[in-house]
Amino acid sequence: MSNEPRLVEVRKNILKQNDVVARSLRERFREAGVLAISLVSSPGSGKTAFLEKALTLLQPRCRVAALVGDLATENDAARLARSRAPVKQILTGTMCHLEAAMVQQALEGWDLNSLDYLFIENVGNLVCPASYDLGEDLRFVLLSVTEGEDKPLKYPTIFNSADVAIITKCDLAAAVEFDEALARRNIQAVRPGMEILKLSAKTGEGMPAFLQFLESHNPHFRATAAVTQQSS
Amino acid sequence: MHELSIAMSIVEMAQEEAERRGSVPIQAVHMRLGQLSGVVKEALLASYEMACEETLLAGSTLLIEEIPVEVMCPHCRAPRMVRSIQWFCCPECGAPTPDVLRGKELEIVALEFRE
Repeated sequence: MSNEPRLVEVRKNILKQNDVVARSLRERFREAGVLAISLVSSPGSGKTAFLEKALTLLQPRCRVAALVGDLATENDAARLARSRAPVKQILTGTMCHLEAAMVQQALEGWDLNSLDYLFIENVGNLVCPASYDLGEDLRFVLLSVTEGEDKPLKYPTIFNSADVAIITKCDLAAAVEFDEALARRNIQAVRPGMEILKLSAKTGEGMPAFLQFLESHNPHFRATAAVTQQSS
Repeated sequence: MHELSIAMSIVEMAQEEAERRGSVPIQAVHMRLGQLSGVVKEALLASYEMACEETLLAGSTLLIEEIPVEVMCPHCRAPRMVRSIQWFCCPECGAPTPDVLRGKELEIVALEFRE
């Protein structure tokens, strides 16, 4: 036997295990007719406030639920429970991101057929969640006006992995001299053609457009009707 | 910092292969790491050493081939390397494109066994 190392080719996707679970989740969502949306952003950019508003607006008219990832507290789930939609907290402990298996486990006992929309709020982190497919149909990346317009350039990978960008806290835009055109240019630079929505969970500005956007991805859903009725 | 869990996956996969071959120790793992994989090379290398402890990979080397981002230019109709991941456009004609061909790799390509 020689002492030369023997080189063996083995093509293996390192995240295969996660990807396999994510694919099966995506298949389950499709079969159940539920649109799964994940939210990623840095901490404090308003994911929970946005989600609370979205659930509250959606809940009377359609079937929505949320999974919320958090490192250590259950505060977010408690806040979201006020919307009266089913909410489950995924405590990630020291994990800085959600993985598909955690979503799968959290969904145990839930009947997906009884849902129209499932929101999955990731841990506040613009780095680690980028690598993990959760089986979601759409990934929203949130950027608050208080964070600065260059966030997309600082974290291009996660912006590139998302399908839609949402500019949050737009009621504060003037106070912090947010340069919206620049933010939009930066988003388009890292993900050309990405759809951008702008809203304020506090004032409700932009929420009707968001609901319309959801409706356009699920023709069975009457969110716009719900909002029109609420605001009239 | 999710590099440790990535490193542990690499070690676990390589260890399985080594065990299938009669527990032959591994000297090196060759992998491809895309610039858009969301994994930082330096952090991965540091985590790898830790993850290898007390396995058939103890003392082994992780050899990383970094894969730059290549996009399809809709205008030139040709694959192009982007100049920066902060600017997804064709370096020749400037046309923006979200169509990524390469750069998301996170894979083991080969193992070097000590024998």
